[in-house]
Amino acid sequence: MNTVVAKLQRQFQDYLVSLYQQGFLDNQFTELRKLQDEGTPDFVAEVVSLFFDDCSKLINSMSRSLERPENVDFKQVDSGVHQLKGSSSSVGARRVKNVCISFKECCDVQNREGCLRCLQQVDYEYKMLKTKLQDLFNLEQQIVQAGGAIPQHFPSYTILRPDIRPCLDA
Amino acid sequence: MVCEMETDQIEEMDVEVLSSMWPDDVGTQADNQFNVEKPAGDSDTLKEVDIAEKRTMADLKRLPELLNTTDQGSSQLTNLVRQWEYMQDHAVRLLREELKILTRQREEAEAKELKIIEEHNFETEEPENVPVLDETSHLFRRFRQKKRDELVDSKRVVIDEEFDTVAYWKQKALSLEKMLEASTERERRLIEKLNESLKTMESHSAPVEELTQNLKRAEGFLHFILQNAPIVMGHQDKDLRYLFIYNKFPSLREQDILGKTDVEIFHGGGVKESEDFKREVLEKGKASKREITFETELFGSKTFLIYVEPVYNKAREKIGINYMGMEVTDQVRKREKMAKLREDNAVRKAMESELTKTIHITEETMRAKQMLATMSHEIRSPLSGVVGMAEILSTTKLDKEQRQLLNVMISSGDLVLQLINDILDLSKVESGVMKLEATKFRPREVVKHVLQTAAASLKKDLTLEGNIADEVPILVVGDVLRIRQILTNLISNAIKFTHRGKVGIKLKVISQPSFASDKEQNETSVWICCDVYDTGIGIPENALPCLFKKYMQASADHARKYGGTGLGLAICKQLVELMGGQLTVTSQVNLGSTFTFILPYKVATSDDHSDDQDEFSDMVDHHQPEPDDTTEGYFQFKPLLGSIYSNGGPVMSNNFLPHKAMLTSPIKLINGSVADPSNSSGQSQTVQVENGGYMDESESAHQYGNGNGHRCPSKESESCSSSQASSEMESELTVSSPREEEKTETEVKETSQPKILLVEDNKINIMVAKSMMKQLGYTMDIANNGVEAINAVKDTSYDLVLMDVCMPVMDGLKATRLIRSYEESGNWDAAIEAGVDIKTSENDQGCERSTDRLPIVAMTANTLAESSEECYANGMDSFISKPVTLQKLKECLQQYLQ
Repeated sequence: MNTVVAKLQRQFQDYLVSLYQQGFLDNQFTELRKLQDEGTPDFVAEVVSLFFDDCSKLINSMSRSLERPENVDFKQVDSGVHQLKGSSSSVGARRVKNVCISFKECCDVQNREGCLRCLQQVDYEYKMLKTKLQDLFNLEQQIVQAGGAIPQHFPSYTILRPDIRPCLDA
Repeated sequence: MVCEMETDQIEEMDVEVLSSMWPDDVGTQADNQFNVEKPAGDSDTLKEVDIAEKRTMADLKRLPELLNTTDQGSSQLTNLVRQWEYMQDHAVRLLREELKILTRQREEAEAKELKIIEEHNFETEEPENVPVLDETSHLFRRFRQKKRDELVDSKRVVIDEEFDTVAYWKQKALSLEKMLEASTERERRLIEKLNESLKTMESHSAPVEELTQNLKRAEGFLHFILQNAPIVMGHQDKDLRYLFIYNKFPSLREQDILGKTDVEIFHGGGVKESEDFKREVLEKGKASKREITFETELFGSKTFLIYVEPVYNKAREKIGINYMGMEVTDQVRKREKMAKLREDNAVRKAMESELTKTIHITEETMRAKQMLATMSHEIRSPLSGVVGMAEILSTTKLDKEQRQLLNVMISSGDLVLQLINDILDLSKVESGVMKLEATKFRPREVVKHVLQTAAASLKKDLTLEGNIADEVPILVVGDVLRIRQILTNLISNAIKFTHRGKVGIKLKVISQPSFASDKEQNETSVWICCDVYDTGIGIPENALPCLFKKYMQASADHARKYGGTGLGLAICKQLVELMGGQLTVTSQVNLGSTFTFILPYKVATSDDHSDDQDEFSDMVDHHQPEPDDTTEGYFQFKPLLGSIYSNGGPVMSNNFLPHKAMLTSPIKLINGSVADPSNSSGQSQTVQVENGGYMDESESAHQYGNGNGHRCPSKESESCSSSQASSEMESELTVSSPREEEKTETEVKETSQPKILLVEDNKINIMVAKSMMKQLGYTMDIANNGVEAINAVKDTSYDLVLMDVCMPVMDGLKATRLIRSYEESGNWDAAIEAGVDIKTSENDQGCERSTDRLPIVAMTANTLAESSEECYANGMDSFISKPVTLQKLKECLQQYLQ
């Protein structure tokens, strides 16, 4: 086996594992990767980029809503957060999702300060994730270019034990 | 009465003291004393004393005798005599004092006379008589003078004659002589009187009268004290026959008591005891006290504190007993009540502390369990990584030794993972986190699948059989996943410990077992008893009790020989109990074991059964059997030993059932489906793949179509992957097979697709869900909110709706309510009322479906606002939590697209 490919593959694995370990991603991302096959080779990248576009749009609209201290339309912010939470949960963007949860709480009690803080965090987290995933996709690209296959399996018990979900999560 | 008075030496002393303190009038003084308290009781007291006298009964003939013969008896008389003597002594003393005074007066008078004579002789001119001895004290002289004045009638002698004349002196001498004479005369009289008095005193013979009076006083005193006291006193002779009793029970007459024993007088509880006690005292000769509760017809239940002392005669011989009883029923009752209260208090306190201890322990245990679960969970992720990596590694090119090492690594990792999963399962059940789901399922199918799966990894020459009684309902409601888990666990256990013969499952309906409470019982529920039996090594009786305990195996030997975590049965038991059932085991060494679990199920109506079975009979993951298979009650599977790699297709043997054969390994499947070009139709090929190794010798392959292969989510896939049957090929297979199948499915799955509607507003969610559906071989329509969903449902006949709960325009709950309202009423009036713009449509399909209930599955984000209860309340059939995974989606489709 090509040593360059093997090295890249290991690098890819390591990087991916680190993303899980640092909490950027969760199992749902694994789910996502399972959906990618020869028919849809760029599925993950497509979904993720759609997600980031979505993030950017939602964050913009929410920041506009929160701009003026008086008469903030919390309902609108809430719907944005809800959207964002759903999307991040769907792609497995764990950190973004977690921020969304506190964001929603702030929204529920109409805490503008908290909302703004969360907004900043969400903005930071999604951009961070974007960079990380960009790197990951680059690695993928390199592996493909070097003629290797992208490792399909990585640390996730869903592959090994599909029927048992963590019971004490959340 | 008197006798009683003297029973106690101390009392005797008291009496003595009393008599000396109030020597004259004990009676009157006492009366006066108590008159203050009882102002009107003066005369009454006397009367009562009289009445009280009647309470005493004595054998008058024998009592005086008794008084004379006993120490106690004589002491009273002695006492009285002593009193009398004391009084006499007193009188004598007084008289003597008087005598002394008189004597002294006489001496003085004599002295005076002498002095006068001297004066007269020496013709002193002293006007006054001054005693020789008393010159010094003027006062004393005065006093003396005074005294003399008193004693002598007239000390001043009146003399008419002129002082210091002969006549004067003569006269004075004369008068003095007269005075002396008078004095002497007085003295003589006094002496006479004294002698007389002494004489009368002597003649004052026996003090009978006085003694009688004293006795009467003492008696009166005692009566006064005792008249209302709850005291019974008596004397009994040495045969314990009453000679005397005070305060007897009113209805008893003299002849009823005197001369009789307790036992002859009373009947009932305590009588014998008191008699025995008296006898004991008599024998031991020592006074003692005891509390005895009487239970007699005469006076009911009464407790007496009884004092008994032996009575001796003067010769120190025992002649009987004195007895005194005080009624203490109330006190005893009170005391017992107090004791009981105190006891209760102590018990309550003990219970309280016990409870706190238990709570403490429980908290600790829960914490420990939580900790264990958390740790297990934390271990699982990196371990999954290790095993995952190892599996990836096994796809690379390795030499034989490396591969062997790798396989050991993977299987060890798998074992640890299994253990951790078991621990998590257990802690889920124990901490109450595990929720049971109610889904419709066919017990026959479940049994069949479990057996099929077990057969797929079977490496022994065993026959697996299933036997389901006819009365078992076709369709029941229960948590099928958990029931499968239990069955799979029990079956794999059975196979593990069985080396020849058979392993099987038997289902039958039983009546409600005794351990079930009544409230669980209703007409639609049925109790099914499931036996999992084998002809294996059996379990020794002494190992049975710890069989269901965690981490325990029948013996250390077994643990070494057979491996395993020792958690499987514990999980089974917990799961069964969680579902309200019972798991038991019977076993005989070397003959086999039977594990039996009894569970309640609700009987489901199989109305969705007739119309969709043709439509979906070829569906992937859809257990749609042929009609005759639905009710088939017997299955048998045998392994295909030694034929695994022999050729591309299955080898049929005469031992097999006519049209069924089971491959031992999933590898066979790939071999079979790929290498068997004889399969003419794509459909049957698909089914073979789906069967997970189930091959058919005839054309009726689809008959056993089910999603039970290694793609299957549940335990089956585990057993496949953990079987490690074929070292070389398996890991490759587990990695690659899903994808191959998926492809095959999507190729074939174009016709008669079930119609699915996804109602979701989030683009990304839609994209992900769509992709998942695609991978599962389905397509679906999309609606972006509740209104769109209603319009879509109106126009198209869907088989399943996946409904997001939180959506703009109209949320999923409301949309579901409106759809349900349409199903009930057949019109969309409610929706129109709610403001939904119902587009008119030529399509009449909606009306056709109006009687069927459209399965609507909620997709919730698991927040408080989107609780499952609310979903059910709004007419949803079940829910899957977000984010949606392939697994959840597949389970859902399996359940609703049957």
